[in-house]
Amino acid sequence: MLSRVADNVYWLARYVERAENLARLVEVNASLMLDLPRELAPGWQSLITITGSQERFDELGKSTSERDIIRFLLAEPDNQGSMVSALAQARELARTLREILPREVWEHLNGLALYVNERANDAVDKRTRHGFLRYVILATQSLTGMLEGIVSEGPALWFMALGRNIERADMTSRIVDVRALGMLPAQGSAMGPFATIQWMSVLRSLSGYQMYRIKTGQRVYPAGVVSYLLADTDFPRACVCCLRRAQEVLLRLPNSQSLVSRVQQLRDGIAATSFELLDGDAVHQYIDQLQLSLAAIHDDIRQTYFLAGLAAVHPGAGESQSQA
Amino acid sequence: MAIRWTDYPAAPHHDELIAPGGAPRHGAEAVARHLESLGISELTVRQKAAEAAVKAMGITFTVYHEEGGSIDRAWPLDIIPRVIEAAEWRRIDAGLRQRARALNLFIDDIYHAQRIVNDGVFPRQYLADSVNFRSQCVGINPPLGVWAHICGSDLVRGADGTMYVLEDNLRVPSGVSYMLENRQVIKRVFPELFEENTILPVDDYPSQLYDMLRAIAPPGIDKPEVVVLTPGIYNSAYFEHAYLAQQMGCELVEGRDLVVDKDDCVHMRTIDGWSRVHVIYRRIDDLFLDPEAFRPDSTLGVPGLLRAWRAGKVALANAPGAGVADDKLVYTFVPAMIRYYLGEEAILPNVPSYLCAEPDQLQFVLANLANLVVKPTNESGGYGMLMGPRSTEQEREEFSLLVRANPRNYIAQPVLQLSTVPTLIDQQIEPRHVDLRPFILSGSEVQVTMGGLTRVAMRRGSLVVNSSQGGGSKDTWIVETSK
Repeated sequence: MLSRVADNVYWLARYVERAENLARLVEVNASLMLDLPRELAPGWQSLITITGSQERFDELGKSTSERDIIRFLLAEPDNQGSMVSALAQARELARTLREILPREVWEHLNGLALYVNERANDAVDKRTRHGFLRYVILATQSLTGMLEGIVSEGPALWFMALGRNIERADMTSRIVDVRALGMLPAQGSAMGPFATIQWMSVLRSLSGYQMYRIKTGQRVYPAGVVSYLLADTDFPRACVCCLRRAQEVLLRLPNSQSLVSRVQQLRDGIAATSFELLDGDAVHQYIDQLQLSLAAIHDDIRQTYFLAGLAAVHPGAGESQSQA
Repeated sequence: MAIRWTDYPAAPHHDELIAPGGAPRHGAEAVARHLESLGISELTVRQKAAEAAVKAMGITFTVYHEEGGSIDRAWPLDIIPRVIEAAEWRRIDAGLRQRARALNLFIDDIYHAQRIVNDGVFPRQYLADSVNFRSQCVGINPPLGVWAHICGSDLVRGADGTMYVLEDNLRVPSGVSYMLENRQVIKRVFPELFEENTILPVDDYPSQLYDMLRAIAPPGIDKPEVVVLTPGIYNSAYFEHAYLAQQMGCELVEGRDLVVDKDDCVHMRTIDGWSRVHVIYRRIDDLFLDPEAFRPDSTLGVPGLLRAWRAGKVALANAPGAGVADDKLVYTFVPAMIRYYLGEEAILPNVPSYLCAEPDQLQFVLANLANLVVKPTNESGGYGMLMGPRSTEQEREEFSLLVRANPRNYIAQPVLQLSTVPTLIDQQIEPRHVDLRPFILSGSEVQVTMGGLTRVAMRRGSLVVNSSQGGGSKDTWIVETSK
């Protein structure tokens, strides 16, 4: 497979996954706002930090009202990281991939991008928000299912799985981060009665409540959920599970030895961490580190397989061939 | 509402389906009867179904958006087919093959001994003034001696029923994917007609193209790697590039995917590292192909590609320099070429043409501007033309200055009354003008598509068939008749 095509396929999957997780991120915060007493509610601003878009947000000079922040995250075309932008970019990439993507995939993605473009403001209004977010989650899930269901095993599918799992691990860690910030005053008595209900909604926003109960057989408690969402090997949205799946794909790709062991290192590190001992602040710092490691893995993938990272010159070409 | 062919205004043009008086032409009887039996309302339902199929199948072409972006438009297809009887088609097929052979011999001669020039058949100064002559190609021997592997020749039928060649597109002709997709759609719309009639299939083209491309690979390569080179998604024919790559099962590459090595081999960057490429079906114009050899500002091409081609390490289709024969002035010499190289008379006539480069013909053209079409020799897509009968006095004056300033750059032709085909327009059947673009593949043998792409001018009286300017298309049926 061409490096450029692999690059595009990988990013297509990342953008679609990002759109889905933005929906989940907004949903988890919205439920947090409903669950917590006003004086404890974290507000919406933390989502800007967590998505790493503070700088852009400041440039655009938006207010920190709920409406403006949600619009910025979901509907703002001038925010490269918004849901609208992510799907627009996925659609543009899909356009270049027509010769390898089944028609249904293109049509479905096209429809989703158009829908979000027209309806993203539904997310601003509290009454229509939930319906809109559920639709996006369902539509992205069916796209992923379609890929699994009708695309032959091969580099295209593998690079999509790689992109999806790297993005998903990253976004799950960010979603845990939202709530970890809420964990900060957990020692304080005011938080006590709300802790459980909060973490249930984190699990629910990742569609993981039932899986958590089945797997752990435990009640919902903060460290248990953090540990589950970061370190579980089997829940598809848990970081370690994403890494495991990325690893399985890497094993089928050429020249992947060092990448595979790099991913293994990160897995081992997460598995060896005892989340019971961490408070909210420590979790937050831990997740920062985790995100840096994921970024390093992404960079490694880029260096190994994609156009931008490859030396531009054929190994045998000598010095006369240098080009940008 | 019923369809009555006796009410159909076929005259004064030659209609492809209906003879004057309303009788269907030979080969079109079944279609005409079937359309009658359906009636307008059922036909309209089927037209809608065809449009829905085009949308669902994602058959698009790209037009540039006013605001800078580009958008995909659904491909316009009118469901009433254009019918050509197989016996007539066989003659056209032979004429096109003859033409492609002569054109390839001409190009090869021009880049070698130039016998046709030395023998005084093709004037030397015309060659010297040709903008598509590439000195970089002199003395090169491309595999099989073929330069124009893929040729799209535009055919038009005049009022007297004669099929003329209007032009030969030897650079990067497009449209074949729409010919193939039109058939897919129309089969769904009129399955009953395909069951009852012998409509010759068009689907072989991608395999024939692939076989031809493999056949021109550098010698000694067991399994040549064939790729399609596209300028990218903003090109108006990107759909076709992706379509053909997918149909042939080969990679669709952009210039930045390729690199030319010190040993003159071409490689593409893959996830496994570098992989050698042997044959490139390039859909990028000569001048953008290689910034080292042609336009240095081109970012679409591959530095060193011409060097690789000259060294015989990669085959390019069409070969660089093939465009020397894609010139309306050279076009006027094709019948002479056929005589010169093949010792045959042209089976398909050219449209009668006047060369402004010849003083006596120039005088005739200038005196008759109001009755002629004047065309620049090196433009495609209908740009820079004067349509005499529709021009104003001032336009003609301006144009005569242009022609006088650079006579080599113009030819003139009488205005042809293009033939028509019944077309569904606002719940009515009306005649609309058409042309036909068959595609000719030249490798170890010469093959012609079964029919071609019929383009139709959707506005009444219009002769503009380009899809970017409101033209539509039709499926083209070569029908075997028992008589």
